[in-house]
Amino acid sequence: MIRTEGLKFSYPSASEVLRGIDLTIGDEEFVAIMGENGAGKTTLVKTFNGLLLPTSGRVTVDGVNTRESSVAQLSRDVGLVFQNPDHQLFSETVREELAFSLRNFGYGEDTIDRRVTSILETLDLSRYADSSPFVLSGGERKRVALAAVLVWNPKHIILDEPTIGQDYQQKDRLRNFILQLNTQGKTVITITHDVEFVAECKPRLILLSKGLVIGDGPAEDILSDEQLIEKASLARPQIGALMHELRDLGLSDRVIDVYSAEQAILGALGRRR
Amino acid sequence: MSIIGASNLTFTYAGAPRSSVEDVSLEVSPGEFVVLTGPSGCGKTTVCRCLNGLIPNFYSGDFTGELVVDGMNVKEHTTAELSSHVGLVFQNPENQLFSLSIERDVAFGPENLGLSREETRRRVDWALEVTGITDLKDRPPYELSGGQQQRAAIAAVLAMQPKIIVLDEPTSFLDPKSALEILEVISDLNKKLGITIILVEHRLDLASKHANRVIVMDSGKIVLDGPPKQVYGEQARLIGIGVPRVITLFNLLQKGGLEFSQTPTTVKEAAQELRKMLSR
Repeated sequence: MIRTEGLKFSYPSASEVLRGIDLTIGDEEFVAIMGENGAGKTTLVKTFNGLLLPTSGRVTVDGVNTRESSVAQLSRDVGLVFQNPDHQLFSETVREELAFSLRNFGYGEDTIDRRVTSILETLDLSRYADSSPFVLSGGERKRVALAAVLVWNPKHIILDEPTIGQDYQQKDRLRNFILQLNTQGKTVITITHDVEFVAECKPRLILLSKGLVIGDGPAEDILSDEQLIEKASLARPQIGALMHELRDLGLSDRVIDVYSAEQAILGALGRRR
Repeated sequence: MSIIGASNLTFTYAGAPRSSVEDVSLEVSPGEFVVLTGPSGCGKTTVCRCLNGLIPNFYSGDFTGELVVDGMNVKEHTTAELSSHVGLVFQNPENQLFSLSIERDVAFGPENLGLSREETRRRVDWALEVTGITDLKDRPPYELSGGQQQRAAIAAVLAMQPKIIVLDEPTSFLDPKSALEILEVISDLNKKLGITIILVEHRLDLASKHANRVIVMDSGKIVLDGPPKQVYGEQARLIGIGVPRVITLFNLLQKGGLEFSQTPTTVKEAAQELRKMLSR
């Protein structure tokens, strides 16, 4: 469980980025964080693994105050995948990149080899094992960065904008993979601007605006709330927008994905007959 | 008379096992709004780099075929020469802005064209005005939101008064509202100023409304090219392309036995179609 209480954070010589955040994210939850550019989303998740310590208030991870732990210790339980993979990757080969953290955690070479091979397969990266991460495409580097974190099997996984630069097919694959991680018992927290991605996954959605939580609830509730959408610089997902246009015909704009929309429309037609 | 003309354009990056763009022939007329899409690695970005001469002038590799942009053969002109004809806007505005004020960033291009002070002044004011950021001109880029930064990046390109603007996924770092606003800005440049737009975008939901033409690439080749409606009609060939959700929905409904007079490409058209059916 990740918990923040009265969390405030300021960067030196800048105004307050987080202005008092109280959140509890339970084990095995699937959470998306959205909000305008500069709302404080990335800053918030950096407090979850101790990369940033609160200016005031506190953050606890599984009961441990992040002040009383170290990033090295916290990282075992909280894996953070950065927005820009180039901030994270540095090794000469993809295999080395993935082995790095495991070696630091003191695993034996056999275990390292086994785990690296397995994660490479899972993320469709085996053919790049001996390539430099830097010759890969942006989307592939992003998957390497994800693999480099998943390889040590953290309990809570945080993804900062995982869908940027991914094409539709990869996005689909990524969505299934994230959902799978979640059903395997991982806490998954993802920052995203992609309303369509959220509309399809339907996680708990936390809205951040100007350093404060302004909305927190099921995605379909938040993404149909006109005021919240405006305040957090969101837009309705396409299906939500369509349903909203047709609300006078008895359709609900809480319907935000294609398959629910199909059911809702067939239902409305059925009632008419 | 086309403003972009490619014939049998093929480019292979130095050391790459296969060509990134293969035998691409293409004519774009002045004032078109073209969405260029396709799976990762299909050659979209390589095409963008060709259009302003970064290829073959900056990236080394094997370039064959011809590409003429606004009357200039890219093999015979430098990127600097091409830059006042074709403006390129990148995914992440942070990579494009470097000055301590937005105004300075926007003035950089015209100054480097050797324009007079007055002309530079005039263009900067105009570009800031068109993109709606006049009031931000004295602010440093790093203090602005992503949407504001992307407007500034577009203004900086606009100040060169190009006839063509190429945008490589300009909305992917932006929150949804800013993304919609940026697309409106781009659409205005197209409609009001007649600037030819080449927009690379995965999220066709966002872009379809403004485009008159969609080009789909795969493995370095153009596989589909036409008005949005016609292209989205080619379901079987759009595997891996993110067609607008309303189209997916209508296809499902049609499979389920409902009949519509047309398959919509935008929310507005979809709403009209469904309204007809539901109010019968």
